[in-house]
This record gives sequence, structure tokens and C-alpha cells, in this order.
Amino acid sequence: MKALLAQAAAFLKGDPQADRIVPPSGFTARLTILSAAAMAFLAVFALALSLSMGRLAADWAGELEGTATLRLPDAEAAETALALLQATPGIAQARLIPPEEQQALLAPWFGPDLPLDDLPLPTLIEITEDGADLAGLRARLAGELPEAILDTHDAWRGPLVAAADRLRLLGWICLTLIAGVTVAIITLAVRTSLAANNQVIGVLRLVGARDVTIARAFVRRFTLRALLGAASGTVLGCTAILLLPAGDAVLPGLGFRGAGWLLPLLIPILAALAAFAATRAAALSVLKEMT
Amino acid sequence: MIELENIAYSYGGRALFHDVSLTLGPGSFHILTGASGTGKTTLLRLCYGDLTPTGGTVRLFGRDLAGMERDRLALSRRRIGVVHQEARFLDHLPLRDNVALPLAMADRLGGEEEAQLGDLLAWVGLTGQIDQRPPELSGGERQRAALARAVIMSPEIVLADEPTGNIDWEMSERLLQLLIELNRSGKAVLIATHDLALIRQAKSAVDARVLRLKDGQLEMAGAAL
Ligand SMILES: Nc1ncnc2c1ncn2[C@@H]1O[C@H](COP(=O)(O)OP(=O)(O)OP(=O)(O)O)[C@@H](O)[C@H]1O
Ligand SMILES: [Mg+2]
Repeated sequence: MKALLAQAAAFLKGDPQADRIVPPSGFTARLTILSAAAMAFLAVFALALSLSMGRLAADWAGELEGTATLRLPDAEAAETALALLQATPGIAQARLIPPEEQQALLAPWFGPDLPLDDLPLPTLIEITEDGADLAGLRARLAGELPEAILDTHDAWRGPLVAAADRLRLLGWICLTLIAGVTVAIITLAVRTSLAANNQVIGVLRLVGARDVTIARAFVRRFTLRALLGAASGTVLGCTAILLLPAGDAVLPGLGFRGAGWLLPLLIPILAALAAFAATRAAALSVLKEMT
Repeated sequence: MIELENIAYSYGGRALFHDVSLTLGPGSFHILTGASGTGKTTLLRLCYGDLTPTGGTVRLFGRDLAGMERDRLALSRRRIGVVHQEARFLDHLPLRDNVALPLAMADRLGGEEEAQLGDLLAWVGLTGQIDQRPPELSGGERQRAALARAVIMSPEIVLADEPTGNIDWEMSERLLQLLIELNRSGKAVLIATHDLALIRQAKSAVDARVLRLKDGQLEMAGAAL
């Protein structure tokens, strides 16, 4: 590990003499820096999307988990139902929702003056369960209170959680694509740069330069450019995310939370590592073809 | 050290030469002459593995060039100093770095060879041009710079292609002196030239073998010159 760090430090410090053997080139340098910056910017959003959707899915799944609602056609059945629930192991709490509370729940949709008594509203019992045998409960309800409906919220919670999971997956796919495109652009830039420096490479070979020595000068440059570009793109991306509206309970804003803010720091590092590997592979393969 | 054995080389369907054999041993001094276009430069390039022969065998320091890995070839090149007919440099670097380039490529910067860089540049009379870039140098200065670059690694063999092509008589005499000095210190020297005066000068100073490329063959041309 120590040796590796020393190597990395030496690589970053560089050998000015060895670096200068390749003339500075404006075009491929700009291409690499700008595309690394753009890709890092996008990567910040894809990462934020993944993390936010992961949180959202967990929130939705967690919030309603362990709760269920029992719907009864009329208030008479409530006594029987409550007694049955209390006798069921694993039911932590069963509570009859009083009409005022029901009114409060409906107010946002129908207004506060809803004549509750005139409406055929069902009677609701809120259940908090803790490992109850819900299938068994359902069977017993079917026998004793055939009109009662047990709603475990799965029906609407499932698709929401699935949608959030799908979005999170989409975020990871975006990140993979971004990484792939970055590697492709850098490879292209390196190949262009090597072709443009054909003459230089010829001179280096005549004086006995080995491929790894020639490649090194290119690899260091492109790695540093990718690091620089990705770092600026990441900073811009994070700034943009900070400026996004905060969001609310239903649709929490896109972003990072707490230690999550450390994750975007990985983007420039990963970009530099990818650039290093891509440049090295591209340079060595081009040099092999150039004879 | 460099052995060409029954070499043939054709280019674009035309046989430039065939059955050429030549051995450059330690301390030898060869002069290669022949009309323009007979293949002197080509023969030299075959000697340092820049071209592959279409027939025969090239051996560098005992190893067959055919199938030699590129890293091994690079290492062999460090033992052969070449002065090209049209010397090519890295135009964005000053003369100092260009001459020291072989050292940089061999990771040998900072050693005693680099310390001698100043002496070497004085030896070829380029002390004043040390910070100039190659495009700013005259033809003769470039040729002398190429010689300095060719010998900085203390190679065992020096190949010089028309080293006096661009320079006045006085300077070419000096350049020949430099090559003769190298030969006296035990290095193999091969000069390709059609400069008759230079050939005579060389023959009077060292035991030089003069070879002529003619009709695709390499022949001894001792007495005629
Ligand atoms: N790899 C090659 N590429 C292009 N032309 C080649 C190549 N190899 C040989 N030739 C041709 O071979 C011929 C010999 O060229 P070469 O440079 O070796 O001659 P030379 O004896 O050095 O001539 P000069 O005295 O003018 O320098 C030329 O006609 C050249 O065009
Ligand atoms: Mg020639």
C-alpha cells in the first residue's frame, strides 16, 4: 500500500523531462478536459438520482410496512373485528378510526363541510402488526366477517417501490454509460494525439525509446487532464444540486444527504483511474501498430 | 556487432540490392559510397533495424533482427549512434534536451553522461546554440547536433549518413576528425558519403575499408580511390 502510494505520488509529480518529449497539443487536451468535465457533471446527477431513489424506495417501503387497514361495511361489525384482532398473535395494535379522524383524512379531497353521516362510509380499523400471520387472519375473517376487507397496502405500495427501484437502476445504468463514453472519448483523444505525434515518436524510437517510455508521457498527460476535467465537472454538478429546490415528503429532492456528499468525490478519482487505464491500453496498442 | 548476411532488399517491386554481406566489428572503419539512389541510406537503415530486409539475415550484437521484440530492438539502438542524412529532432525542445534525448529515453539522466553534455557540445562547436531550437539551427549545426546526439550514450557503433552533406570543407574536416577520434577509442564507424575528398582524407588518416554500392552489389573500392 505504501509502495503504491509512493508510486502514485511519483506519477502525479511526474518527470518534467520525460513529459516534455511530447509537444503540448491544444486540441486533444481541450477535448479530454471538456468531455471529462461534462461527463462528471452528468455522473453527479446520475449518482444523486440513484441515491435519492434508493432512499425514496426505502422510505415508501418502510413507512407503511407493518401497517394494514381493515375495512368493515358498518359499525356493528367493529366489536367482533376488534375482538378477533386482539386474539390474533402478532397484532401489536388495532384501533378504530373515529369519524372525526376520517373526516380529517377526507377533508383535503372533499372540503371540511363533508356531511359524513349521509355518506355510506366504511368503518376503518388501523392495524399495526409485528409478524402476524396475515394469510391466516384473512382466512379467519372470511369465515367470521365475510364483508370485511383486509388491506395491507401492498397493492399500491408495491408499484411505487418498484418504480423507485427502477429509477435507481436507471441511475446506475446512466453511470455505467457515462463511464463507458468517457473511456471511449479518452481513447479516441489518445489515438488522435499519438497519430499527430507520429514524427516525434519516430525520433524517440530512433534514439532507443521503449514503448512504455513513450506511452508514459501520454498516459500522465491524459490522466491529469481527465482528473482536472472531472474535478471541475463534479464541483459544478454538486453546486447545481445544492441549488435545486428542497423537495417534500412525497417527492424528496434530488441530492445527497450527510456522508452521501462524500460519494461525488469518488467521481474525479474514478475518472482519473479510468483515464489511466484507457490511455495506457490505447497508447501501447497504437505504438504496437506503428512500426 | 552488426552483421548483414546475404541481404536482399526490394522496394516497390524493384530489387535495390541482393546478396549483400557486411560485418561491422569493433574498431572497424567503413566508408560506403555509390551513386545517388543506389541504396546507401537504405543499407544503413537495415543496419539499425529501421527497415527489415526482404532476404537474408541481420544480426545486431549477435541477435537475429527477425522476430526481435521491440524492447530488445530499442536496447540495441542505444548501442548504435546514428547520424541521419536528414537529421530529425524534437522541434519543440532546445538543443540541449535534444542531444540529451537518448539519455532521457534510457532513464539515464542525471548521471555522468549528462554532466559531459557541455563538453560534448563544445566538442561539436555548439556551445553557443545550447538553448536554440532545432529549426533555428543551420544545416551544418543540425548535422553536428545529430553527431553529438549519436554519441552521447557512448555507443559501440556510429553510423553516419552523408554527415558532411550540408557543411563547408573546413567543418566537414572537423566532423571527420570527430569520427576518427571515436574510431580510435574503439568504436566501429560507418560513413555513407559520395564526397571524394572526404573519402581520401579518411583513408589517409585511418585504416578504412571503402565499399561501393553498384548494380545492387556491394564491392570493395580500395584502389580506385
Ligand atoms: N522504405 C522506402 N521508402 C521509400 N523509398 C525507398 C524505400 N526504400 C528504398 N527506397 C528507394 O530506394 C532508392 C534508394 O534510396 P536511398 O535513399 O537508399 O539511396 P541513397 O544511395 O542513400 O541516395 P543518396 O545518395 O541520394 O542519399 C530510392 O529510389 C528510394 O526511393
Ligand atoms: Mg542517402
